[in-house]
Amino acid sequence: MSRLLVCPPDFFGIEYEINPWMRLTNRVDHGRAMRQWHELMRVLEKDVGVVLERMTPIPGLPDLVFTANAGIVVGRTAIVSRFRHPERQPEEAHFEDWFRGQGYDVVTVEKELYFEGAGDLLGFSEYWFGGYRQRSDIHVFPVLSERFHREIIPLELVDSRFYHLDTCLCPLSGGELLYFPAAFDRYGQAAIAERTPDKLRLAVPEDEALQFACNAVCVGKHVVLPTGCPATQAWLRMRGYEIHQVQLDEFMKSGGSAKCLTLALD
Amino acid sequence: MNHYQERVCLQGHIIDSLVLAKVLDLILMMGGTFDLEDVHIGKTREEASHACIRIRTASRALLDDILKAIQPHGASIEREADCRTDPAPADGVLPDDFYATTHLPTQIRLNGRWLDVDRIEMDLAIEVTEAGSVAQAVPMGEVRRGDQIVVGREGVRVIPLQRPRERDVFGFMESQVSAERPHGHIIADIATRMRQMRERHRERRSDSHVLLAGGPAIIHAGGREALTWLIEQAFIHILFCGNALAAHDMEADLFGTSLGYGLTAGRAVPHGHEHHLRTINRIRAIGGIEAAVTSGMIKQGIMAACIRQGVPVIMSGTIRDDGPLPGVITDSVLAQRAMRALIPGVGLALLVASTLHSVATGNLLPATVPTVCVDVNPSVPTKLADRGSFQAVGLVMDAASFLSELARVLGRST
Repeated sequence: MSRLLVCPPDFFGIEYEINPWMRLTNRVDHGRAMRQWHELMRVLEKDVGVVLERMTPIPGLPDLVFTANAGIVVGRTAIVSRFRHPERQPEEAHFEDWFRGQGYDVVTVEKELYFEGAGDLLGFSEYWFGGYRQRSDIHVFPVLSERFHREIIPLELVDSRFYHLDTCLCPLSGGELLYFPAAFDRYGQAAIAERTPDKLRLAVPEDEALQFACNAVCVGKHVVLPTGCPATQAWLRMRGYEIHQVQLDEFMKSGGSAKCLTLALD
Repeated sequence: MNHYQERVCLQGHIIDSLVLAKVLDLILMMGGTFDLEDVHIGKTREEASHACIRIRTASRALLDDILKAIQPHGASIEREADCRTDPAPADGVLPDDFYATTHLPTQIRLNGRWLDVDRIEMDLAIEVTEAGSVAQAVPMGEVRRGDQIVVGREGVRVIPLQRPRERDVFGFMESQVSAERPHGHIIADIATRMRQMRERHRERRSDSHVLLAGGPAIIHAGGREALTWLIEQAFIHILFCGNALAAHDMEADLFGTSLGYGLTAGRAVPHGHEHHLRTINRIRAIGGIEAAVTSGMIKQGIMAACIRQGVPVIMSGTIRDDGPLPGVITDSVLAQRAMRALIPGVGLALLVASTLHSVATGNLLPATVPTVCVDVNPSVPTKLADRGSFQAVGLVMDAASFLSELARVLGRST
């Protein structure tokens, strides 16, 4: 059974601006955010059937809720993130403590290399895609590739609204891929197209990409994604997926949605 | 010339991701050029690839811009070390592990910066001045105890020649020697260069000197008038020769013979074999070639043209010389030094009908100087190439025919 790491949004809010979605003036409705998060958890646990591991939220770390950026987990090994922005760097120690407390072999990357975990590294069983330029550093991928004997195809992120790879690309369990082409340059688009046949690839329309249609959680034949993405949903249904849509607009104020709020543990 | 360069390396899954293609495109789009070096493509999907790229640009600023643009895509500047130097242990003795130069443009890395080596020439060492701000190629014999000499190969790089913009015979920058190839287009290309050089020389621009190194066969074969005309018309700016060319040129003026052969009659003249000795003797008596020309004793010919045009002549002696003429440098180390002193500023070299002077001059020329070697004997241009002057274009033909045709193309009426 799939396990996901999550962190309740007790201290979630906009306390700084480190991506184009964040505006200090755009206050989070805390009660609404709590309700949206708990609804997501309900869907994941009850409808999708995953096991949730809950981290303890920490005051002063509003983005700890976005556990996708804790690191990546491969088997019993956890690579802990190194955040580019100082605002999120204090999260690193808490994620590391959690992994250690759970008995993972914790690996850290060189101090000079930025790596923002599953936000920028995702893919299929045989190969992964690595997003770079906005947050993670391209130099981290050869290190991880060597460690896990996995091909990692770096993709440059060229649109600051899609600052993590998981905001514009979503591999699915059946080998399909959701992505927003304009978030990549022509080299990245060509590299994606070369790996995924046309019929397995959905170029998400811009309005749905801006709703973070690609920030979806796929577990088996279930896909959990934000509301307001009808074209993406229709395509997924056609491919045989069961759709669960959740209202997550409070988290979009920070530039995050379903996928950002979870980290796959196995 | 793209003199600025840096080597960067990329690694990871750079092929399928098109990251390598992107980096190479960026270099070209920004105006740089590159050589791909040490490319290793992973044999399996999991295995990473790596590629080292040497980037070349025409300016430091452009190189910095390119490096800045490609670094986010994973291009790391290869860690390069400064060159090492050791003091020369004695006058005329280099440190054991000295770096021996090629005649290609060369740079050394000092205090993290690449510095051009001045006066590059093959088979020399590199001296760094105490301040570390100037690097210069230095002959073994000229080195003084304590001079800082580059040792080992670290921190030294040689820059391959760029194809010149002109699409002429020199564009290939490689020795081509053939007796069975039409000469017309080669001579036409040389003439075009010489016209450009004359213009540049008149405007006192850099690298505008045409150097001719020649042997006495020029006189024997009947090329004297054509060469005289080329000098008088300011197409030639430096002459390297030996005792013989000068002696037979003036013999022709005084006696109408060259090594005793009547140049117009075409047969041996009685006692003609003495003419060059009598010529040398007269020049020695009057004090030198310049005095002979200014006094009117020598009226016409190559030497007279050089004196009148102010063309410097370096005459290097050999062991078989008669006389020699005043001005012939009989110490070959001093002769080499005098020739070397005139090399900066040379933009075209014509090596005509002399194995000795052609190879000696070829050894002194940087590879960047377009060079033509003309000889009836194909072994001469071949020997020149074998000794490293790969840039020399070989022309297997008689010296007089070459000079006459060159002068004709340049406007001499025949």
